Amino acid sequence: MANVLAFAEQRDGQVGSSAREAVGVAATLAGSMGGEAHALALGGPGLSSSAASLGAFGASAIAVGEHDGLADYNPEGYADAVVAHVQAGDYGAVVFPASTLGKDLAPRVAAKLDVPLASDVTAVSVVDGTVSVRRPVFSGKAFAEVSLEASPAVVTIRPNVFQADEQGEEGTVSTFAPDVDPGSWRVRVVERKGASDGKVDVTEASIVVSGGRGMKDPENWNLLEDLRDAIGSDVALGASRAVVDAGWRPHGEQVGQTGKTVAPKLYVAVGISGAIQHLAGMRTAKTIVAINRDADAPIFGVADYGIVGDLFEVVPKLSEEIRALKAGD
Amino acid sequence: MNVIVCVKRVPDTEARIRVDGSGHAIEKAGIKYDMSPYDAFAVEAALRLKESSGAGEITLLTLGDSSAQETLRKGLAMGADKAVLLTGEVSLDGLATAKVLAEDLRGSDAPLMLFGIKAADDDQSQVGPMVAVLLDRPCVTGVSTFEVDGDKAVCHREVEGGTEVVEVDLPAVLCMTKGPTEPRLAALKGIMAAKRKPLEEKPAAESPSRVRLTALEEPPARSAGRIVGEGADAVPELVRLLREEANAL
Repeated sequence: MANVLAFAEQRDGQVGSSAREAVGVAATLAGSMGGEAHALALGGPGLSSSAASLGAFGASAIAVGEHDGLADYNPEGYADAVVAHVQAGDYGAVVFPASTLGKDLAPRVAAKLDVPLASDVTAVSVVDGTVSVRRPVFSGKAFAEVSLEASPAVVTIRPNVFQADEQGEEGTVSTFAPDVDPGSWRVRVVERKGASDGKVDVTEASIVVSGGRGMKDPENWNLLEDLRDAIGSDVALGASRAVVDAGWRPHGEQVGQTGKTVAPKLYVAVGISGAIQHLAGMRTAKTIVAINRDADAPIFGVADYGIVGDLFEVVPKLSEEIRALKAGD
Repeated sequence: MNVIVCVKRVPDTEARIRVDGSGHAIEKAGIKYDMSPYDAFAVEAALRLKESSGAGEITLLTLGDSSAQETLRKGLAMGADKAVLLTGEVSLDGLATAKVLAEDLRGSDAPLMLFGIKAADDDQSQVGPMVAVLLDRPCVTGVSTFEVDGDKAVCHREVEGGTEVVEVDLPAVLCMTKGPTEPRLAALKGIMAAKRKPLEEKPAAESPSRVRLTALEEPPARSAGRIVGEGADAVPELVRLLREEANAL
């Protein structure tokens, strides 16, 4: 019997879907281990009101560490606070989101606890008391099933894969002051750019609109921005490697090997032929739409719906039709 | 400034991956191997630092079997000065790998140790920060570019929807991602020179894996869907299908 801890990531003092998904996975594991799911959130003063919402997703206890120095992520402060909390709690497993923060934090925590870590997992189970996970390797060209033969088992979970179900219960919220010393930190964030302008990241968006070389010119991205705006919120722009290498789009938008791996509800590939590295990064999207003038493009081999044609005619029409559809809702 | 760059030999990112008959390994026949692309970004960053500061030695380090010599020679041909191959088994346990590397790096006074943010085979993003913990060095991950400024490095880091500027005290571990400059290709002169550069091979420290692979599978085949139609005329039907059939809008 063991409890399971979910690390609840916050941004700007609010916990989001990554925290809810981590709590959901912790609840699944705890159910198999005969224990309870707990959540740990770290941030600045006032975080507890947002973190309390995690009770409804299965966390029976929510610990909120509030400290001015932890309002924004700091690897050393966060790692020390998480490790202290895990060691005090005798957990069988610890679940992090596989976000930029989670992928930075979890290896530090695992190394300090001297336990192995499975990254970016897409399924979890408990077999004979041991945590077993499924995770993509080779950027999704294959999947490995591995068991973690140490306790606590530490995992990071891929965004958008696990369902966070509201169970309508309330968790007990306790606030504490983490014992951290910002003066001793050897890593310091001195500037943040663009991270809080409301743009959703390509790995976290439920819909991704991606452009490739068929877009012909970086100026033509206004068509994709318009399509994004027509679809609504929670939509991110993505890009193929070719257009990132050409300097048309930032690397943060690149989908595929040497870029991001995404699993959105809907992936719209515009003017992307579908090189094997690109397909590896988006093939687990629930629904894939391809718009390409070349009927033989490999992208059509993975797309659920395809339109063969000139994207400069198809995309504006698509934005228009979607606006009309949304107006009727 | 001396820099250590840890690299890994992985299947080329163009490679088609097939699971072999054992169900626990990939089909190796016909696969081309290369330095993991993120590690190549790290080698490039080290070379640029050396070129701009004019001093220091770049040492490559890897864990693997003798075939990893090829990967080290590539880094030497790009311009690194020497290389060390720790011969041993590479498992899916990133901490086991980190312990092997840390054991070898423990005595090093190199102010910078560079890693790729992840290896392009296991995709774990673990080893760099784990080595940093084991050596008690500060670490920054996802670094696209950095500059050394006295006893610290100023790193530009990719985060969701933006970038961060992060200052880190040296000695430090930096885990590199794609930056504004492509890794250089080795010129013939570099390839010839690489053959004469020192490449030391020695057994890796014992470090048992605690991650057990129980199965390796190819992803479920994604059957090709349908071509809804041609040109803008097909758009209304596409939108209808996305709304009514796929429930995606």
